[in-house]
Amino acid sequence: MWSFFHKLGSPPWLYRISGSILRWLLPITLLALAGGVLWALLVTPVDFRQGNSYRIMYLHVPAAIVAMAGYYIMAIAGGISLIWKMKMADVAMKACAPVGAALTFLALVSGAVWGKPTWGTYWVWDARITSVLILFFLYLGVIALYEAYDNKEAASKACAVLSLVGMVNIPIIYKSVDWWYSLHQPASIKFTGNSTMDPSMLYPLLWMIVTFYALFACCVMMNMRAELLERGSRTRWVRDLATSGEVR
Amino acid sequence: MSEPSTWQFCRRLLRRQLVLAFRRPIEIANPLLFFAIVVALFPLGLGPAPDRLAQFAPGILWIIALLANLLTSETVFRGDFEDGSLEQLLLAPQPLYLSVLAYIGAHWLVTGFLLSLVSPLFAVMLNLPVQAVATLIVSLLLGTAVLSLVGCIGAALTVGLKRGGMLISLLILPFYMPVLIFASNAVQNAVIGAAVGPQLAIIGAMLCLAVALAPFAIAAGLRISVDT
Repeated sequence: MWSFFHKLGSPPWLYRISGSILRWLLPITLLALAGGVLWALLVTPVDFRQGNSYRIMYLHVPAAIVAMAGYYIMAIAGGISLIWKMKMADVAMKACAPVGAALTFLALVSGAVWGKPTWGTYWVWDARITSVLILFFLYLGVIALYEAYDNKEAASKACAVLSLVGMVNIPIIYKSVDWWYSLHQPASIKFTGNSTMDPSMLYPLLWMIVTFYALFACCVMMNMRAELLERGSRTRWVRDLATSGEVR
Repeated sequence: MSEPSTWQFCRRLLRRQLVLAFRRPIEIANPLLFFAIVVALFPLGLGPAPDRLAQFAPGILWIIALLANLLTSETVFRGDFEDGSLEQLLLAPQPLYLSVLAYIGAHWLVTGFLLSLVSPLFAVMLNLPVQAVATLIVSLLLGTAVLSLVGCIGAALTVGLKRGGMLISLLILPFYMPVLIFASNAVQNAVIGAAVGPQLAIIGAMLCLAVALAPFAIAAGLRISVDT
């Protein structure tokens, strides 16, 4: 049990294991993504009031959910690297930031595209949209702070502190729709009680959410692998990999 | 010489920061002058119609206060970082939590506190209705303290960097936004005669949270900056 934990601290081991996970996870995720998109676009019924435009939801909701979850993952990884000084945790933290920023951006843009036909405007300054925009800036802040430090060890620590401080924002985003009067609708999916969505529309949405989590995991792992190679560029295991032609 | 108690230590630190600030009066005057000159920009940009200015005054005043705070918070630790006294502070036996609070207290006294005191003048310049001035002062007193605490987190994280200037705005402004929302909302409510208690209470709650937690982040940030 504990040997597994100790192995997590070893870059070559992590590189190898993430490689073998990605080998099956990545194709499955891409297939699931293609399947989910087809399901959402072709099979689900047309919405009675919104027509076809509601289908953007299948991109928007998963992106937004995973963008928020990604921040937690980043902050928790940062916390782990601060407290237990685990190098691999800060590799994970650094890998989360660009992926999370991209998903947040996707959530904002898809929301704007959907807002135009539905609300009649691309952008409103309501509580949830504003706080997601803040989330986007938080991600960019972490990336910018990391790039500003020359010493990458200090950069990881500083980013970990910043991302932990930023965690205050996440509950605010999550509850903003309930707390403030807002144009954005409250969550339709509930873990307890009945969802306010028909199963024929709900199941593809849940499918897409799971797929987006998997996609997030794949992107983070690929980022981590690149980071591991870069950090270990002077070590023997990377040189061995490079000379044996395994790094493509 | 006996070692000072923690309380004495913090008091001396606070006094030292204030003395340092008052030895360079222009540094104290700078945020106020900044405030005055930016206030003068808005009538030029928005047009001098008094009722329009009055409508935007709560937001304008708060945004300028926020920017003044942002620009000054960058320098809180810089001098002490460069001459090495910050390193001595980290090595001192007194808890860093409290000495950091002394720094922030001094920063707030020479920026936020002074801004709050002179804010009625700027409120008059922007034609803010008289009944909102008291709320403006209270919201500034509470809110700028939160801003100082949060701003110092950014200052601590970037003090070791050569080019911290623009970066600190990206890091810190997202955290300023909630304060801005509630504070300007409170002043707007005061203009129309609605209740301002809830907003001020929320800012007070933010202040409690920031006093309790921000010094930990600042202390961690300072250790990271000094170690490198």
